[in-house]
Amino acid sequence: MSKVLKSIYMPILAVVIAIIIGSIIMLATGFNPVAAYSSLFIGAFGTLPNIANTLANAVPLIITGLGVAIAFNAGLFNIGAEGQYWIGAIVGTWIGYSFKGLPWYIHIPLALVAAMIAGGLWGGIIPGFAKAYTGAHEVITTMMMSYVAIYFSHYLLEFGPMMEKGSVPQSPLIRDSAVIPTIVPNTQLSYGIVIALVAALFVYWLMYKTVWGYEMRAVGFNQRASKYAGMNVPFNIVLSLSLSGIFAGLAGAVQILGVQHRLYDSFTSGYGYTAIVVALLAKNNPIGVVFSALLFAALGTGSQYMQLNAQVPGQLTDVITGLIIFFVAADKIIELFKTMFKKQKKEELAS
Amino acid sequence: MSALLEVKNITKIFPKVRANDGVNLTVEEGEIHAILGENGAGKSTLMNIIYGLYKPDSGELKLSGETLNLSGPHEAIEKGIGMVHQHFMLIPVLTVAENIVLGAEPGGIPYNKKKANELIREISKNYHLEIDPDAKVKDLSVGLQQRVEILKAFYRHAKLLILDEPTAMLTPQETEELFGIMRRLKEQGISIIFISHKLDEVKEISDKVTVMRRGKTVGTLNTKDTNEQELANLMVGREVVLRVEKSEYKPGDVVLSVKDLTVLDEQNIEKVKNVSFEIRSGEIFGLAGIDGNGQTELIEALMGLRQIKSGIIKYQNSDIEKLPTRERYKLGISYIPQDRQQEGLIMKFSVADNLILKEYKDIRYSKNGVIQYKKVFENASKKVEEYDIRPTDYTLLAGNLSGGNQQKIILAREVGSNPKLLIAVQPTRGMDVGAIEYIHKKLLELRDGGSAILLVSLELEEIMSLSDRIGVIHNGVIMDILDGKSATREKIGLLMAGSQIDAKEVEV
Ligand SMILES: Nc1ncnc2c1ncn2[C@@H]1O[C@H](COP(=O)(O)OP(=O)(O)OP(=O)(O)O)[C@@H](O)[C@H]1O
Ligand SMILES: [Mg+2]
Repeated sequence: MSKVLKSIYMPILAVVIAIIIGSIIMLATGFNPVAAYSSLFIGAFGTLPNIANTLANAVPLIITGLGVAIAFNAGLFNIGAEGQYWIGAIVGTWIGYSFKGLPWYIHIPLALVAAMIAGGLWGGIIPGFAKAYTGAHEVITTMMMSYVAIYFSHYLLEFGPMMEKGSVPQSPLIRDSAVIPTIVPNTQLSYGIVIALVAALFVYWLMYKTVWGYEMRAVGFNQRASKYAGMNVPFNIVLSLSLSGIFAGLAGAVQILGVQHRLYDSFTSGYGYTAIVVALLAKNNPIGVVFSALLFAALGTGSQYMQLNAQVPGQLTDVITGLIIFFVAADKIIELFKTMFKKQKKEELAS
Repeated sequence: MSALLEVKNITKIFPKVRANDGVNLTVEEGEIHAILGENGAGKSTLMNIIYGLYKPDSGELKLSGETLNLSGPHEAIEKGIGMVHQHFMLIPVLTVAENIVLGAEPGGIPYNKKKANELIREISKNYHLEIDPDAKVKDLSVGLQQRVEILKAFYRHAKLLILDEPTAMLTPQETEELFGIMRRLKEQGISIIFISHKLDEVKEISDKVTVMRRGKTVGTLNTKDTNEQELANLMVGREVVLRVEKSEYKPGDVVLSVKDLTVLDEQNIEKVKNVSFEIRSGEIFGLAGIDGNGQTELIEALMGLRQIKSGIIKYQNSDIEKLPTRERYKLGISYIPQDRQQEGLIMKFSVADNLILKEYKDIRYSKNGVIQYKKVFENASKKVEEYDIRPTDYTLLAGNLSGGNQQKIILAREVGSNPKLLIAVQPTRGMDVGAIEYIHKKLLELRDGGSAILLVSLELEEIMSLSDRIGVIHNGVIMDILDGKSATREKIGLLMAGSQIDAKEVEV
């Protein structure tokens, strides 16, 4: 087996097993799995607008997933990507509507870069330094910072400085010069997808081809040996958490400039959490993140269509998502399936 | 006596390597059976097959005449096979008792703690393996941790005990204790498979020796009918020089000078006390001592991995005690740390990546922050060839190499960079005789080329055969510095034990 094939083998197996168990559940609860899966598929990829919407859904998942994957590669668990996403969205929105008369080629990069810096500070500086110098666990600190970010956005939007005049808690629309244009009309697919794909290639290059990636991965695998090799371990912890936050922040801004065009008040975007699953399924490989984000995006867009056309409750896709997570996390169970399968094959051959 | 374990024609193929290739082995009841073989010969693989960790691709295992079809270690354990791995598999934060009963707790979960402790006391009495069941494993010495592993096997009623390089990490004293235990077990009818690279140990403790070479068993001998030279030759497949041949001692300028160095440990206890010594170019300075007498702290301080309390470290006439570790490497200092898996390698990096672990930022391997993999691979293929790292595929993860070959990666990296000062801690631990011969040759070449070498080893034999001068450390103090030619085992031994006056008297 080639190296690539070998590394994607387990995640694919996890997905397949989840789909099979999903159909068993459907059969047991009286739904037709063939109809359900085909409408799920049509909903996700059946028409050009559907494909476009699936791709559009994948954009924030890819970019946030990259951020989470960077931290994972360095052995750190950035569970607060959601908050970093919000910070990026807030900063992107603010720059989007408050600067007048900028050409798009300055306005858009300005919003994106500012959002990245903000996300990086949010994820990297506080949790990063806390981890590197006091040992405070990043799961706790990134999570707490995440809540701070989310509540901060509530404050801004509910009668705070970013609230638009009126009674709906939302920000003003960003200016046209800050809008990332759509590719397919009447869908949500914007050139944000290009940003996402470039980001994936960049992260791949960064993690596997540069000395910084080399160091971050070394520190992720074995801090002690990295220290013995003369690496600055605390620096790499701060660096990887900052990068992680930078990408989550970018995702928030791209979503505002490309899709939402204003900030709405809501408790969660969900992207920061799904991104963890995306990264896990991708085994933290940046290229894998693209594909695993596409899968979860497809499950998202397809499920609405399935609900309408096959009358299968949309929650079923949540069940499948849950099963995928379960099998990815518990790859030992998959090994078990594999050996069982092998044994059976041998016995078949023998008989 | 009858055969307890029979291994017939076992073959195990890993991607690109035939780790076991038609292996045959018979272990009688109540016998200590040694397995000898070069690094990567397939010893650990064979043991893992017997223990049910790996499935063989073909061949048969028989225990007391019954064919074994193991689906995992739990089944091997059930049949009475116990194994202590080359690298321990204990959970440091749990107590001795908890580690021993883990997975087979008396009374289920929550387990009956009193019963467990009782059982363990009983077993330790029966087999003379004294230990405190309530101690935390992380507080135990390596020797005692190993005892826990052995107890774990007997708690599960082992009839056959596999010890994979049990002495590699032990001090000579601990090794003697282990041999005592092994002899008592043998008296009780337990069979033991014993893996070691040290021929004198094999000679001392085993009844039979099976030699493996490149995945094959090449023969089984009665230990008393053979000698070390024959075993070495059989193992390597050529004539091996067991004695070190050293050229004349021609010391040059002082390379490293340590003056009044005091270092604290984590508990702020002085572990190195006012230590002073010098090492010159063209010299091997051996540091002898019983493990835990301040060697680790001293070396870590020299490498900038631990802060010093007071004192001066001079390298080529400039003070380096404030320099960070990387800067010291850049000045031409090399370092082979004691624990290869935790300190020397990133197990999940490829061999090629591990070979540049200290130099990836050097212009030879990266430009503007981008690693030049073409150069990295060129370096890797050169080093793999020169240091005989097997298998030669440098894209394999370091963790997939045999223990001895992992050590060779570190050596290739540290010796291959032509250091002006090499600090080597147990550089030959876990290496086969052929590889040791080679490493000793390399160290001597380095010395003859004008490098200074600080050699730390728990093995007196190695220190004595290589060193030009020998410092003996006891309780953080350098007791004396002896001339390598005239130092005797007895004198060093006494100094190591801390009796300076006696040692002086011997000298007179
Ligand atoms: N999990 C694995 N995947 C791939 N190759 C492996 C794996 N384990 C061992 N090998 C290869 O199989 C061969 C035999 O390794 P093994 O660990 O059995 O050697 P050994 O005789 O115990 O050597 P040492 O004395 O150095 O411990 C080596 O070439 C090694 O690289
Ligand atoms: Mg081995």
